[in-house]
Amino acid sequence: MILNIDKFIAEELPFWEELETFLRLSGKGSAEHFNLEEIRRFHYLYQRTSSGLGRLATFSAEPETKGYLENLIARAYAEIHERRSPGRSLRGAQRLFRAFPQTFRRHLRAFCLVLVVTLAGASFGVVVLIKDPASKAVLLPFSHLHISPEERVAGEMEEKGEQLSGHQAEFASSLMAHNIKVAIFAMGLGLTFGVGTLISLFYNGVILGAVSVDYIMAGQGAFLTGWLLPHGSVEIPAFLVAGQAGLVLAKALIGHGDRIPPGQRLRKILPDLTVLIGGVAVMLIWAGLLESFFSQYHAPVISYGLKIGFGVAELLLLMLYLGLVGRRTDSRRDSSQPASG
Amino acid sequence: MYQKKKQLRIRTPEGISFALEPASPLMRFFAWSIDTLVIVGVTLFLQQVIFSHLVKVAPDFGNALSILVMTALYLCYAMCLEWFWHGRTLGKRLFRLRVMDSNGFHLQLSQVVIRNLLRVIDSLPLFYLVGGAASFFSPLYQRLGDRVANTVVVKLPKFSSPDLTGIGEQKFNSLRAYPHLLARLRQAITPAEADIGLQALRRRDTFDDRERTVLFDKLAEHFKAKCAFPEEAVRACSSEQYVRNIVELLYDT
Repeated sequence: MILNIDKFIAEELPFWEELETFLRLSGKGSAEHFNLEEIRRFHYLYQRTSSGLGRLATFSAEPETKGYLENLIARAYAEIHERRSPGRSLRGAQRLFRAFPQTFRRHLRAFCLVLVVTLAGASFGVVVLIKDPASKAVLLPFSHLHISPEERVAGEMEEKGEQLSGHQAEFASSLMAHNIKVAIFAMGLGLTFGVGTLISLFYNGVILGAVSVDYIMAGQGAFLTGWLLPHGSVEIPAFLVAGQAGLVLAKALIGHGDRIPPGQRLRKILPDLTVLIGGVAVMLIWAGLLESFFSQYHAPVISYGLKIGFGVAELLLLMLYLGLVGRRTDSRRDSSQPASG
Repeated sequence: MYQKKKQLRIRTPEGISFALEPASPLMRFFAWSIDTLVIVGVTLFLQQVIFSHLVKVAPDFGNALSILVMTALYLCYAMCLEWFWHGRTLGKRLFRLRVMDSNGFHLQLSQVVIRNLLRVIDSLPLFYLVGGAASFFSPLYQRLGDRVANTVVVKLPKFSSPDLTGIGEQKFNSLRAYPHLLARLRQAITPAEADIGLQALRRRDTFDDRERTVLFDKLAEHFKAKCAFPEEAVRACSSEQYVRNIVELLYDT
């Protein structure tokens, strides 16, 4: 097809500019308010510009003009052919409350694997510390855990939580910020096909097991439970769920036994990853508040019974939440889907 | 003669195929640097103007709020801007870049969230070394976060009318007598090749005489290899004249 490039541009430019105006309005959210006439005009401009690009593509013309038209059509194409909803809106917080446990249950096998690896790590930590107590300095990376449990407990009882007095909020926000970053990292390690996630879970298990056995052997089991349980009953599951998200990502990357192409597999799990990590963030905010304002106060300020009872109640509530909330929607969705396999 | 660029090619249901050029890792690094400067600037501003005063009144609350705001800024800056500005942050706006779905659709919230959260891995060990290496070897310059989220950062071209001054001022073009060969030529020559010819003519006066001769010889040889015109049409043409004739016909000025 023979074109006169100058004439062609002069004729078509007003239409391209009009399409750009439509796209600008649409980008500002005005597309929902377009009337039928405007929608028709928008579609006409898209088709006309597409046809212009088609004419230009058969012709060795100015690449800049072609690039501009391609970009214009790309934007219009996204507006016209997009069928997905834009995603969870901020109004969807209520929906997220249900979506989190539903997503958790959908990937329960990944969570079970996470749990098994963490428990294996914990058992390893327990065995190593019992067999070789001198390995404590190597197993536990934090210096405040290197002192003997008796000394630590005596110090904490003496201070009565005063060491944090006037800094609780700061301490809580530091914990939240740090823990959320660690959880995101645990999920991101799924990119190593899950190897990094599993190693980090195992290592965390080792620390947990070693600390527990260290305090129990020193006869400080009640202190440890009272110290860990109020925030740990939420914090530890939160890290496990972050690990679960990492394994979900790894599974989509590996795609074992799945015929869907990798891009589609990843596309499919993106909303689940978002919901899981969103839920983890909320859990860690709560855990940070508890660790700072509640866990650090020991008997006689707050009795161990109360702290342990509170922690156990929290854990039970969390289990009920993750196990039961949104089940009705789950079963409705299952029954509406055709039977497969 | 010219290196084939990386392209994101999409075919619409209407049968129109269009290509978008992915942004190079270097370009993205510059855009990211601007964004980092913005984050640091906002952080310093908030620290000086709000938190330094707040800490004097309520030290614990002030410090806590400062930590939370900084973390939120670090984690959510790109997320929020990309979501509300349709795939663009301040740095990306400045460098005319945009994040888009690799199928050409709108970005989903989950895509924006995950591609930004995975920066924690891409930014390892420092200065986005992992992400940079991943995008360097990716066909669409995607870092790891982009691959997982199915997103691509593309360049946004600016519209500019072709500048054809100095071309098409001659009265006679010996190649015009062969419309069938002309049609074949237009099919054989890519827009980038046509542009090289146009640029060479536009800048002819800036070249050294000898270099100009070499350049136009090479260009003429290249165009002749794409589509050969009869000997009588090109006999009296110098290489430069031949290229001028070809470009004039391609742009039909």
